[in-house]
Amino acid sequence: MDVILFLVFAIIAVVCAINVVVQTHPISSAVSLVGVMGSLAVLYLLLGAEFLAAAQVIVYAGAIMVLFVFVIMLLNAGAEAKKGRSFTAQLLGLPLLVAFLGLMAFFVQRLYPQSTLVHFGGFRGGGAAEIGHALFTTFLLPFEVTSILILVAILGAIVLARREMD
Amino acid sequence: MLAAVPISWFLTLSAVLFALGVAGFVFRRNIITVFMSIELMLNAVNLSFVTFSYHRQQVNGHLYAFFVMVVAAAEAAVGLAIILTIFKNRSTLNIDDVDSMKN
Repeated sequence: MDVILFLVFAIIAVVCAINVVVQTHPISSAVSLVGVMGSLAVLYLLLGAEFLAAAQVIVYAGAIMVLFVFVIMLLNAGAEAKKGRSFTAQLLGLPLLVAFLGLMAFFVQRLYPQSTLVHFGGFRGGGAAEIGHALFTTFLLPFEVTSILILVAILGAIVLARREMD
Repeated sequence: MLAAVPISWFLTLSAVLFALGVAGFVFRRNIITVFMSIELMLNAVNLSFVTFSYHRQQVNGHLYAFFVMVVAAAEAAVGLAIILTIFKNRSTLNIDDVDSMKN
């Protein structure tokens, strides 16, 4: 059951990710990216990360992707112009990518033999209570720094956008 | 048929998604699609954080993934504002045309 769940959503994630890369129109890429994020949320649930699965759907698939779609709409972004790429990039890009992937998969299989098996409910420490406890004890300083980071990001976005208003 | 999923499958999926993100980042010319490829890479890394968290039966990996998510949100806000400014000044979304720091 867990294997079927994993395979279904892993295949959805990979197909959507390929679609993100090969689509020429940005809005198609954005919709495919939402598919990747949704299936990753299901895989988080399988790994026992309930809070992160909810945050993934709300923050990524909700907020960030809405921002992307909004910008695509504002800029009226059309299909990407087909331009001549360099010949070596076309020739070498795909084989190099496959080689990189194969190497990565090989090392992962060697380093993590099939000892740890993931089954649903195998890890029960990913609820909001545990996350919140760790966030306000062990990770208190990073948490506070993050709030400053978000403040700076808000200021930066406002400064970049306000030239229009003057 | 396996009863449960080996942990290496999750890590391999993460590697596949990361490689696809790199491919999109390198091969695409539209600045918005390049930005979406970065988000794809961040998601792939988050998946391996959560997987390692399961492997070690600790909650720490979830926190790292949470911080990555927060940084991605801030990055998206600033990055998209930059894209808007670039488009306003140059009316192009092609990253090859944004080359004023060349020469």
